[in-house]
Amino acid sequence: MSVPISACPACDAAPLAEEQAGKGYRGNGAEAQRLMLSLPQIYCAACISGVERGLATRPGVRSARVNLTLKRATVEADPDVEAQDLADYLTGIGFEAYELDGVALSATETDRKGRDLLMRLGVAGFAMMNVMLLSVAVWSGATDATRDLFHWISAGIAIPTVAFSSQVFFKSAWSALRVGRLNMDVPISLAILLAVGMSIFEVMNSGEHAYFDAALSLTFFLLAGRYLDYRTRSVARSAAEELSALEVPRAHRLSDAGEEVVPVAELNVGDIVRVVPGARVPVDGVVTTGESELDRSLLTGESLPVPTAPDGSVMTGEVNLTGPLTVRVTAAGRDSTLHRMADLVAIAETARNKYTSLADKAAAVYAPVVHLLALGAFLFWVWYSGGDWRMAMNIAVATLIITCPCALGLAVPAVNTAASGTLFKQGMLLKSATAMERLAEVDHVVFDKTGTLTEGKPEPDDLAAHKADDLSVALALAEGSSHPLAQALTRATRAAGISPARLERVKEIPGKGIVADWQGREVRLGRAEWLGANAVGQTATYLKVGDRHTVAFTFTDALRDGADEAIAALKAQGIAVTLISGDVPAAVADIAGRVGISDWQADTLPEDKAAYVGQLAKAGHKVLMVGDGLNDTAALAAAHVSISPASALEATRVVSDIVLLGSSLAPLGGSVALAKSATRRIKENFAIAAGSNAVAIPIALIGLATPLAAALAMSLSSITVSVNALRLRKS
Amino acid sequence: MNVLVYLIPISLLLGGLGLAAFFWTLKSSQYDDPDGDSQRILSDLWDDAPPED
Repeated sequence: MSVPISACPACDAAPLAEEQAGKGYRGNGAEAQRLMLSLPQIYCAACISGVERGLATRPGVRSARVNLTLKRATVEADPDVEAQDLADYLTGIGFEAYELDGVALSATETDRKGRDLLMRLGVAGFAMMNVMLLSVAVWSGATDATRDLFHWISAGIAIPTVAFSSQVFFKSAWSALRVGRLNMDVPISLAILLAVGMSIFEVMNSGEHAYFDAALSLTFFLLAGRYLDYRTRSVARSAAEELSALEVPRAHRLSDAGEEVVPVAELNVGDIVRVVPGARVPVDGVVTTGESELDRSLLTGESLPVPTAPDGSVMTGEVNLTGPLTVRVTAAGRDSTLHRMADLVAIAETARNKYTSLADKAAAVYAPVVHLLALGAFLFWVWYSGGDWRMAMNIAVATLIITCPCALGLAVPAVNTAASGTLFKQGMLLKSATAMERLAEVDHVVFDKTGTLTEGKPEPDDLAAHKADDLSVALALAEGSSHPLAQALTRATRAAGISPARLERVKEIPGKGIVADWQGREVRLGRAEWLGANAVGQTATYLKVGDRHTVAFTFTDALRDGADEAIAALKAQGIAVTLISGDVPAAVADIAGRVGISDWQADTLPEDKAAYVGQLAKAGHKVLMVGDGLNDTAALAAAHVSISPASALEATRVVSDIVLLGSSLAPLGGSVALAKSATRRIKENFAIAAGSNAVAIPIALIGLATPLAAALAMSLSSITVSVNALRLRKS
Repeated sequence: MNVLVYLIPISLLLGGLGLAAFFWTLKSSQYDDPDGDSQRILSDLWDDAPPED
């Protein structure tokens, strides 16, 4: 046997085991870590195998599994594998991927509650079908001993099932009653308990009617609704967690022991952190060393970078562009600007949470009406029949069962599941339960510019207007820099087929620009002040060759994919569209012109945005705000319903009702129409339920409802509303 | 009507088998990724069962 050379002692100890497992890399002996990646754009079998195959080729990856429903990949890997590298690799091979914070997600990993509900639903379904079969025999004429036998068997199945499956309703009803409130589960629990109790009494006395089947189908239909409701909510909740997990909060802390990577939550005021170029500033603080430029677009909406130097202050969420900075922490975590903003927003949020959904409005009417009807029927029949409380009770139970809130309990979740599922497939995530209904009412859309309608990535415009010499010098200077403008310039000039000039002594001065020698003359590329140039009114970088006058390379933001499409679709539906931005007028006018928005405002402060949205709301408009920056949060919270892209800051996504998961804006166009048809379905379903109750309740009240009639009425209305909800998937 | 003596237990047993099968599918994570499962049949990277949690 040869000398083991592998770095994997466990593999060497058990080569057979590895061979048998036959699944590639089994790890280096250290305990595996579990990494999560978000894959917002996967949709097909080829994507699944592409991602899994791609991940398996990466060193250190033991296994990878894609969950298409959650659009997420779980990777088992060696402890030294970085999730960010895997995400970058996947993005490189064509699958947009983001790292997720596994800790924030662990709560939803094991979906215990969902399984528990599904288990109860399964038991209820099994019992319902068996009892229904036995009941059919009774309805079709079984009498005497046979009927009693069937009733007893039904009781044997129904009682344990109700005790197990209906617990969900009992618990919820009890917790409402204990604090002196009525909720939907009170009439449901009452109907189930009374039906089972009354039936047991009837069976013991060889009675004619038993309502076991009704009690069980009530349980089954309502549990189905409850499960759908839970699924929709848990998808939204886990996705919301996923979004907060997208921002993996880590910082490079410098201490006497050297540099270490720590979670932002562990930073204290006074710590020194290092912020490398390209990274987001994790804390509020003061620059101690280094010069650089900061991209504040997420906080203020301005697209021009801002220079910073020692003693300059930085805020959480800004992006460091050029030079490395060390920052002394003045506020971290809960106290940082971002969090204080988020807290303010939370207050605005509660105002909007007062929106009552259609289902809640209906439930508020439903519960008292049903109780009064049943009680009234009971009292009337006791009086009318001269004290025959057994018959009166039967009629009251029949009334409770026939008025079962199946339409409420099943129809609304079914519509919501179908609609939010369709939206999720298109890359839109509904975070709020009432977002759909609010989206349906929208008649005015307000867009932010930077990062929302645009990518937030600059592109140089009109390169052909420059001299070839200037371009090749600029390219040579820009090549070595990691500044976004320099990189954009490099890409564009290379794409235009320009080759770099030969330079000597190239030096990058952080926060200023790049300087070098070209044919014995000094050349500089960088900020206007540094070159002594006159700044133009838009994002630009400047080139100075020797003593010649300076040349400005101007940049415009690239439009986000699908932006014009979405705006055209919204306009076609007769919805007004406004663009409102904190950027300078020239840049805003340009973007507005490109996407076809005639109504725009520039130079707006965050308060102005919120005030504008407030004005529209006062004028009776239902405003949809789409924005990504911290300067949009107030406006997002003030709007009737709000959408933010996944690239937005966490604080911004928290206030949004809907998050766009992919990078395209295109799904926005159809979403309002879909929300409208979903709300229409909900209303139709209420009409169907009200209609069938209008027929069934009088029959129950005059005492003509048999268990057969109750079962028919309940099943018919439940199935009609579910089918009506499913129509949504087709459209 | 004597036929009921064995027909009823048989029907309950068969139903119970279905219920047990449902429990098994639930416990072995078969409802965690319905969209993915419907696509995976088209993939040649097949597997016998989703990994256990």
